[in-house]
Amino acid sequence: MSVPRSVTDRFTDVVEARGEITVTVAREELLESLAWLRDHEGFTFLACVAATDWLGNDPRFWIAYELRTMGRPVRRIRLKTGVSEADPHVPSVTGPFPTANWQEREMFDLYGVVFDGHPDLARILLPDDWDGHPLRKDEPLGGVNTQYHGAFIPPVDTRTS
Amino acid sequence: MDTEPLIRDRSGEIRQETMIINMGPQHPSTHGVLRLLLELDGETIVTCKPIIGYLHTGIEKNTEYRTWQQGVTFVTRADYLSPFHNELAYCMAVERLLGIDVPPRAQILRILLGELNRISSHLVWLATSGLELGAVSIMLYGLREREVIMDIFEAVTGLRMNHAYIRIGGVVMDLPDGGEAKIRSFLRMMPGRIGEYETLLSKNPIWLDRNKGVGVLTEADALALGVTGPLLRATGNPADLRKDAPYSGYETYDFDVITRTDADAYARYEIRMAEMRESLRIAAQCVDRLAEPGPIMVEDPKIALPGRLSVGPDGIGNDPEYLRHIMEESMEALIHHFKLVTQGVAVPEGEVYTAVESPRGELGFYVVSNGEHRPYRVKIRDPSFVNLQALPLMLEGYLIADAIASIASIDPVMGGVDR
Repeated sequence: MSVPRSVTDRFTDVVEARGEITVTVAREELLESLAWLRDHEGFTFLACVAATDWLGNDPRFWIAYELRTMGRPVRRIRLKTGVSEADPHVPSVTGPFPTANWQEREMFDLYGVVFDGHPDLARILLPDDWDGHPLRKDEPLGGVNTQYHGAFIPPVDTRTS
Repeated sequence: MDTEPLIRDRSGEIRQETMIINMGPQHPSTHGVLRLLLELDGETIVTCKPIIGYLHTGIEKNTEYRTWQQGVTFVTRADYLSPFHNELAYCMAVERLLGIDVPPRAQILRILLGELNRISSHLVWLATSGLELGAVSIMLYGLREREVIMDIFEAVTGLRMNHAYIRIGGVVMDLPDGGEAKIRSFLRMMPGRIGEYETLLSKNPIWLDRNKGVGVLTEADALALGVTGPLLRATGNPADLRKDAPYSGYETYDFDVITRTDADAYARYEIRMAEMRESLRIAAQCVDRLAEPGPIMVEDPKIALPGRLSVGPDGIGNDPEYLRHIMEESMEALIHHFKLVTQGVAVPEGEVYTAVESPRGELGFYVVSNGEHRPYRVKIRDPSFVNLQALPLMLEGYLIADAIASIASIDPVMGGVDR
């Protein structure tokens, strides 16, 4: 899949790798960019909202929006935006794409990224009183206490394999 | 003076005295541990709030601390009714990162097991939905035929569930002796059985009453909410990734995408029944193509485990020849094997999104690598999770009795929803 000319004209940071197109925008341009891709390029379906934690980097959190067209053949594009650890706020895209509702809650739950304007930004997978955001890379993993002579199975990241 | 809270229903009429009831998480009709907070006005549902997470096991986090190869054994447990689709979508993502192509025979085996898996998943849906709506006999029939598929899975992979059969670069082993005959006999038996289910249900007045016009979800609503799979196809939209974005060679198979236009629970029933027939067609084509022998795993010794496993009489996969080679003949081979197993494969930096058509819709994997021996991020876009968002829209304003049929028609698998 080659990148449509209109997309490279509209955005400055467009990368094509392994047949996938990635567009990176600042979070201030996120909503506008999504709306443009939806209205002008036919990417009407938001398949996936995924956060990644790049601990030690700035921006620390990257949010990827996987968009696709409906019909044959399917074309896909990925829109990404990064936010810093100190200010992990992203505008919610539940307006143009209601399907983002639960996936944004999930990313809030697991990463602590705040989606401004979300109608109900509550935890979704973890209990409401959970402390922390477990998919962050600096979240302690915890081990397992066993009944065998008080033995403790260390967390997986401190084991040798 | 106390004032009652005022609630407006769909027609704008003001109602009083609603009751909040908790349905689930351990309710037999909520398909696993799904909890619904229902606000009722008499028997009418005013609001519905699904509460999930009871089956969260941290599969995505777990994969970040295991090798790429071990990731397969985690993701297969997400949507436990479609393990092969989970494995396939994950392996496709890793293969795209690695930039490798899978041998044709492995592709055929992947499709074959994926389609048998689609049938077994739809059978569990049929069985549980039937039970929930009072058709107990259909539960027995559905699970009876599913058992035959489970036997095939066990013969081919060694396991009934959580197979970890599809591996990065191919599949772990070829069909066992007698495997083809087993599958062919199933393919001969099944069309008649699907006919039996339809005889029992398709014109059954109770089944029609409970399903027709229930849980309607229009195409526009479905697309806005990201709903895919049979729910979307029941609105007349022929979205099916096997046709729209073919993978593993689906473009070379002859099959039809089934659509209906009523967009209700009955349309979804018809679609799933017809899809089982289509899956049988695809599986039959797969078995024919398997006549030709060939490799089932990439040749690259840096990716593929060198042993050629086969299921022994004890049900455990093993390769005595290869074991003798690394234990008695070659120290280098042993070292290589040890490194491949303990350290795993290093995958080049990058991010990919791959999607397959699971029995419930678009199952996507967003996978990020930072160039090391373990995934940096694995995000599962599970169709059950996304489709379940449509439940309030399907329930609010309708009777509580219809809630059961609506939930069943979504076919949510909580292992996939909560991951």
